[in-house]
Amino acid sequence: MPAVQETVDRVRRIDVDQYRYGFETLIESEKAPKGLSEDIVRFISEKKNEPAWMLEWRLEAYRRWLTMTEPTWARVHYPKIDYQDLYYYAAPKPKKTLSSIDEIDPEILKTYEKLGIPLREVAILEGVEPPPGGEPSEQRKIAVDAVFDSVSVATTFQKELKKAGVIFMPISEAIREHPELVRKYLGSVVPTSDNFFATLNSAVFSDGSFVYVPPGVRCPMELSTYFRINERNTGQFERTLIIADKGSYVSYLEGCTAPQRDENQLHAAVVELIALDDAEIKYSTVQNWYPGNSEGLGGIFNFVTKRGDCRGANSKISWTQVETGSAITWKYPSCILRGDNSRGEFYSIAISNGYQQVDSGTKMIHLGKNTSSRIISKGIAAGKSQNTYRGLVTAHRKATGARNYTACDSLLIGDKCGAHTVPYVEAKNSSATFEHEATTSKISEDVLFYCVQRGLSQEEAVGLVVNGFVKDVLQQLPMEFAVEAQKLISISLEGSVG
Amino acid sequence: MNVVLAKTDTGRAVSTSFAFARERLPGSGKVAEQRRQAFEAFERAGLPHRRIEDWKYTDLRALMREVLPLAASPDTTALSRAEAALKLHAIEGTRRLVLVDGVFAPKLSDLGKGEKGFSVRTLREVLETGDGALQGELLASDNSDPMIALNTAMATDGVVIEIANGTVLEQPLHVVHVASVGTPAAMFTRSLFRLGRDASATLVESFVAAEGTEAYQAYDSLIVSVGDNARLDHLRLVEDGLDAFNIASAAVTLGAHAQLNTFGMVSGASVSRYQPTIVFAGEGARVDTNGVNLIKGRQHADTTMFMDHAVPHCASREVFRAVIDDRAHSVFQGRIVVRPDAQKTDAKMMTRALLLSDEAEADNKPELEIFADDVTCGHGATTGALDESLLFYLRARGLPEREAQALLIQAFVGEAIESIANDSLREHVIAAAQRWLEARA
Amino acid sequence: MALLEVKDLQVRVEDREILHGLSLTVNPGEVHAIMGPNGSGKSTLSHVIAGKPGYEVTGGQILFRGEDLLEMEPDERAAKGVFLAFQYPVEIPGVATMNFLRTALNAQRKARGESEYSTPDFLKKVREVSKSLNIPQDMLKRGVNVGFSGGEKKRNEILQMALFEPSLCILDEMDSGLDIDALRIAADGVNALRSLERAMVVITHYQRLLNYIVPDYVHVMAKGSVVKTGGKELALQLEESGYAQFEDA
Repeated sequence: MPAVQETVDRVRRIDVDQYRYGFETLIESEKAPKGLSEDIVRFISEKKNEPAWMLEWRLEAYRRWLTMTEPTWARVHYPKIDYQDLYYYAAPKPKKTLSSIDEIDPEILKTYEKLGIPLREVAILEGVEPPPGGEPSEQRKIAVDAVFDSVSVATTFQKELKKAGVIFMPISEAIREHPELVRKYLGSVVPTSDNFFATLNSAVFSDGSFVYVPPGVRCPMELSTYFRINERNTGQFERTLIIADKGSYVSYLEGCTAPQRDENQLHAAVVELIALDDAEIKYSTVQNWYPGNSEGLGGIFNFVTKRGDCRGANSKISWTQVETGSAITWKYPSCILRGDNSRGEFYSIAISNGYQQVDSGTKMIHLGKNTSSRIISKGIAAGKSQNTYRGLVTAHRKATGARNYTACDSLLIGDKCGAHTVPYVEAKNSSATFEHEATTSKISEDVLFYCVQRGLSQEEAVGLVVNGFVKDVLQQLPMEFAVEAQKLISISLEGSVG
Repeated sequence: MNVVLAKTDTGRAVSTSFAFARERLPGSGKVAEQRRQAFEAFERAGLPHRRIEDWKYTDLRALMREVLPLAASPDTTALSRAEAALKLHAIEGTRRLVLVDGVFAPKLSDLGKGEKGFSVRTLREVLETGDGALQGELLASDNSDPMIALNTAMATDGVVIEIANGTVLEQPLHVVHVASVGTPAAMFTRSLFRLGRDASATLVESFVAAEGTEAYQAYDSLIVSVGDNARLDHLRLVEDGLDAFNIASAAVTLGAHAQLNTFGMVSGASVSRYQPTIVFAGEGARVDTNGVNLIKGRQHADTTMFMDHAVPHCASREVFRAVIDDRAHSVFQGRIVVRPDAQKTDAKMMTRALLLSDEAEADNKPELEIFADDVTCGHGATTGALDESLLFYLRARGLPEREAQALLIQAFVGEAIESIANDSLREHVIAAAQRWLEARA
Repeated sequence: MALLEVKDLQVRVEDREILHGLSLTVNPGEVHAIMGPNGSGKSTLSHVIAGKPGYEVTGGQILFRGEDLLEMEPDERAAKGVFLAFQYPVEIPGVATMNFLRTALNAQRKARGESEYSTPDFLKKVREVSKSLNIPQDMLKRGVNVGFSGGEKKRNEILQMALFEPSLCILDEMDSGLDIDALRIAADGVNALRSLERAMVVITHYQRLLNYIVPDYVHVMAKGSVVKTGGKELALQLEESGYAQFEDA
């Protein structure tokens, strides 16, 4: 049997049921009644003790949402979502007011432990070796905000961050404690009217993370949010807002998992990033929502709006994503390059297997002078999945000196999957220089044979090739995440990758 | 929602125009029924606009606003003006077939003496008296595209060329569409070109305007089938008047081991859109397609190409070059689809745009849709101005600015033009490009 | 009258001043070498004389046979007889070398009000020169410098120098990237073009090139101006003592 045939057969048998985060946590929770109405919006707002302006903002979004229709342009197909058959609010029932991490429901703590996310203030993600020649591990700290269903259950290292002047807290708290910042920036990148899913999020978001880095401050540690959907039939709508004030720097990581269930679950998040003059934000995601089983049953519908605004001169926003989960992925982390000399980057690995459908990419909108952007996208399709890169690069008439480089490569494993590339390249002035390249290929039989001849197993050989294929992007991830992501890639392609 | 839009003034105007034109459109019975259905499809959709993905960059509702009434059959003045225009656009060594204002002009055409294996008829003739199967094929186009549907409904005339199996046609055929209208009007043509098994031929199409022609809209649709092992060289030159619209489509089907070489150049028309669909129906076929836009002023030129790899072992190459000056706008949308069983497909597409002015605009959408794994597919797109270091090198060697630019532009479009196999046709195109560059200097 | 007079030239690139008051006089028939460490402004000087965009002349002047060179477009300067042999000649895909040579030569002649070369004369001349420079005929059919080796690119520059017959040749780091054989061929080509009417400015980092092209004058440039001028023996001194003495100054 030719080398590749064996791989293909293994992929056919592939078992997405091996999802390792598919367990359920049994805890008591508090839910709003099913369905969506003004009353539910009011209920959520009230649960969060929100000020009146916030409720008004939500209601306006809700009313707008009623007039909108679900977008259909993406290459994803899914049964119609009944928005009245979902819970819009679920929270672990608090036994009493928490004063320390020890008072969190031990079941929840156990959950995060199983996921490898330390809520106790340990210095580094578990199971990660310090990088060879890298910094000693005590030096590397990651502050975690853990979001369980609709609410934030713990945020670590708050004190240490506070000393540096960095605000890192659940957005529900920020609305109460820093209303001036939230009011100024919330919805300023993704307006409430932006798109169907973002508008829905604006009406019903229950929690998420808020970050503010003051002028000139380099955030002393990686910030991270870990999202976990636990409840059945629950939509998760988190909202993240990150502001890097003049000359500041922050690196932010996001991870997601959900239990294995036969029903689909909706996740519609909004992330807004704002970088002022000379500021830099690095945003990394490892998305590993439950992808559904090998028959295409269950899995998360992931409709996410992520956008960064390089508002100031010389600012920089960099998105890195490793997308391995979700039944449906619909997300386009974008950059608005408004400030002169600002820079946007998008590095993506999107892996689809089983019946997963991915439609993901980016938008680089060049508005300021001498702005530059770079897009590196690696799509890997296996099983019966469909994997689409969709990207827009556009230079406004006044965006003189705009530069973009795009490379999107697709790798097909097996002959029942699809890999697609839909780039839009728009230049409205002559000083814009755009370069775009795309290739689609399969793993070369010659390369596999070479590796096997040198003693590697079939799976190791495929792993080697896939790792080589995604290397450019993995390098962009912070070390701890890169290791995790690499493991994840292996698991996602289990059966074909060692 | 579109139903409502069809009730706009534009919709009514075309509606009246269709009712009025009906009398003059060839064919009855089933042909008339196909036309009626097509017209209804157009009416439902109306003129395409930017919210329709395929027309995102060419919003006809904004650019064109209305479909002009059907042009009258050319009278002697129109014909003599057309004849004068033909002298300017003649290509030596070709056999000419001429359509004036959308109507076949036998006196200006060279119909030959009925050589073996080669037949030319007019669309009118075929729709009125031809066999039903051929009539069906001629009007069977996809009504989901409103502009093709409109063409189906209104097609007045055209040429139906059939080349028998094994026939090698040495002399290129030159189909010239001349606009010569005295009042603003629209012309609708549809032609068919069938190349039999093992046959080969060269087809040239030109779109030109006679001196003193009023604003016009040319709607054309071409159906091509290339038989097994056959080879077609196809050249398409849009040199319409600068206030004209040229909205055209082509549906090409390739047999096994067939070869198609196409070259298209747009230098004329205010707004043009060419929408070829190339379907690989037999294994081992190869397509080389090259396109050049040379546009300036406020010209808008759109090429939207669909390469459908439906069967295994086929190859396609697309090279597209746009040179855009002033406030002109060039659009290239290239879609390559590789169907699930089309293994061993080798498909590549390269599009490059050269912006000569700060207000020029280039939109590129090179799309890959791949459903088979054992394929080599890729595309590239670049956009930019002339390379400053090359310009300086040339100027340091004594070339004035415009001349240096012209040399680099020639080199830029040269790669596409070099693909033309026939020497005299290539020379003709080089001369046309040269004229454009000289007019610029 | 001097052929080239550079007087107190001050040049900026973006916000940085590269040349701070540089002066140089070159008479017909002379060969001047300009030596200096990297970043001393040697290439900037050659670019400004040829008229490359991106440099801002903030003071001083450049006269060519008494005419203000800075007022002229790059192609006018070429037609007047200024030739720059580039350190890194660009590749121009799609423009055949032969076509390029003829177009450039005729453009210069036209600008000077001379008749264009006839095709046979032109071909004859190109063949002659290319033969002496070891340039194969098929190289002339390819795109300008496309796929040429370093040595071939430099020889192509000298071929153009021979064809265009300029009165001032500026050779910018002609030796960079050449092995000793390639360097000898190139230098022989240059020496063949030395004449009483023609002046040369040879810009180089190393003394090596000057073994082949022997200069009448050697100028040392450091930090944007000429710091020392001498005869050909100055180059040999530099070979021993290096540039450090000038850089510290």
